[in-house]
Amino acid sequence: MSAAVLRRAAAAVGPVPLGVGLALALLAALVLAAIGADWLAPFDPTRQTLLQRLRPPGHATASGAIYRLGTDELGRDLLSRVLHGARVSILVALLSVSLSIVVGTLLGMIAAWRRGWVEIVIMRLVDTMLSIPAILLAVLTVAVLGPGFLKVVMVLGFTRWPRYTRIAYGQTLQVASLPYIRAAELAGASSARILLRHILPNIAGPLLVVATAEFGLMILFEASLSFLGLGIQPPTPSLGSILSSGRQYLDRAWWLTLVPGATLFALVLSVNVFGDWLRDRLDPRSRSR
Amino acid sequence: MPRYLAGRLLQALIATFGVMTIVFVVMRLSGDPTLLLVPEGASREHIDALRRELGFDRPIFIQYLSYLGDLLRLDLGDSVVQRVPAVDILAARIPYTVALASAALLVALGIGIPVGIAMAVWRGRWFERPLAALVLAGQSLPTFLSGILLIMLFAVTLRWLPSSGADGPAAIIMPAVALGALSMSTFARMARIAIVDELSKDYVRAARARGLSVGGTVARHVLRNAAIPVVTVAALEIGNLLAGSVIVETVFAWPGIGQLAIQSIQSRDFLVVQAVVLFVSVVYTVTSLAADLVYAWIDPRIRLSPA
Repeated sequence: MSAAVLRRAAAAVGPVPLGVGLALALLAALVLAAIGADWLAPFDPTRQTLLQRLRPPGHATASGAIYRLGTDELGRDLLSRVLHGARVSILVALLSVSLSIVVGTLLGMIAAWRRGWVEIVIMRLVDTMLSIPAILLAVLTVAVLGPGFLKVVMVLGFTRWPRYTRIAYGQTLQVASLPYIRAAELAGASSARILLRHILPNIAGPLLVVATAEFGLMILFEASLSFLGLGIQPPTPSLGSILSSGRQYLDRAWWLTLVPGATLFALVLSVNVFGDWLRDRLDPRSRSR
Repeated sequence: MPRYLAGRLLQALIATFGVMTIVFVVMRLSGDPTLLLVPEGASREHIDALRRELGFDRPIFIQYLSYLGDLLRLDLGDSVVQRVPAVDILAARIPYTVALASAALLVALGIGIPVGIAMAVWRGRWFERPLAALVLAGQSLPTFLSGILLIMLFAVTLRWLPSSGADGPAAIIMPAVALGALSMSTFARMARIAIVDELSKDYVRAARARGLSVGGTVARHVLRNAAIPVVTVAALEIGNLLAGSVIVETVFAWPGIGQLAIQSIQSRDFLVVQAVVLFVSVVYTVTSLAADLVYAWIDPRIRLSPA
């Protein structure tokens, strides 16, 4: 399905405006830098050099090492830490969005297809999940389970699936009543085949729009959890935890706040610009006139 | 209306009950909830005694029923750190968070709505650009980052405002702006969409044809109709502001329920954390119920349509 769907989507979307193109380029640059963190980072992001603490950007040591973006309170190279931190942020967001889109979409399609008590149970659960503010549920769950990379991914994934369930449910209800689905049923296709082969490709657009917005949100959530000390644990760098420890040095080391802050902002901003544009193109109701 | 009202009330009740159940399940995700409630390095005897005292040795179903019973009597258990009811600790902090969330709502509405109106009226002109950038920035800046940036500028560099605490009226300004930024963007977008929607309707053309100015049309006719969706969003934002207080209050050391939640996690006082989550979720459910009822009361199309 993917190639044909993408081609159709590209044709439907039309030309890309300059701002969105710039945002995509920025996002691509950030993602590439994060993927290549191991090669691009001039230093080991966890190596402490206590003699070189809180050095400003561009500081060169006697031995010739240059800290392009300065060092933190333990003498670790900030550029290397931000590169690795961005990788953690992107990875957490990618994995948790994948988890919640799979769980949420499956449950939504099943609710709409099976109807009856299955529908009631799933959709009531969705209502309930959506009435607990997500960040609070995530904070409580991480606090109970303990922090760590995989736990943060699981918690974010399992707190956000209802967003996709609502969309998948509504869309499946519409598509399921179309004649071609009835035809597939009469031809003897199994429920699983109808849902995955015939319905899923037709409801994928709105789900991907939500996923894009959620991707930006998940980056913010991970950063917030790590900022609160509940997310990614040291020594693994994360944009949120770099910001949290840099907070104590606001008056002396602005770079510890502005560098990871600008990276986080650029990441979320570019995702949001792209997501807004995608939504406006695919959802005629919110299209700007 | 009575039928819609009954259906919506029942839905809110089910959601509240569901919230309580989810919190119950989450608290038991780690296996033995007793271990969450004892200090680090407690003796086995101490743990066993506490387990019996709190009833965690009973079958899970009995525990669940007694938990629901306790909640109905507003008994959320005692703080294991301070040895006083969690409800009392929570209640002492609520006024601070309510003050902060109200101030943030004021900031969000006060900036967001005029910005949204301006973007709708001047859409397509160059003047829309900087406003759109402001909205996008508000939406993309994490709350804790805007908080830190505000502290950096107004407390550390300019020394105009206190960087933390709740002493004096000036202390609420920065936390309110940081907390309100995201909602401000939401209001601006909603107001813009609602007004653009209204502007394309016939009555606006009629008003303009009768010689009314753009400003006059918007002020006299459009705002009233566009207000309905915005009011609904405002009610929903109250819940988001309460949840966002977890982060803002930590950044600014504001002594509300958000700071309480994080402090309680750090001191492993989980019954207090549970109390905060339950409180915010119930407020969230109640405000969205209120929003729907106000909406239905204003707009008969909603209450008369089959739920």
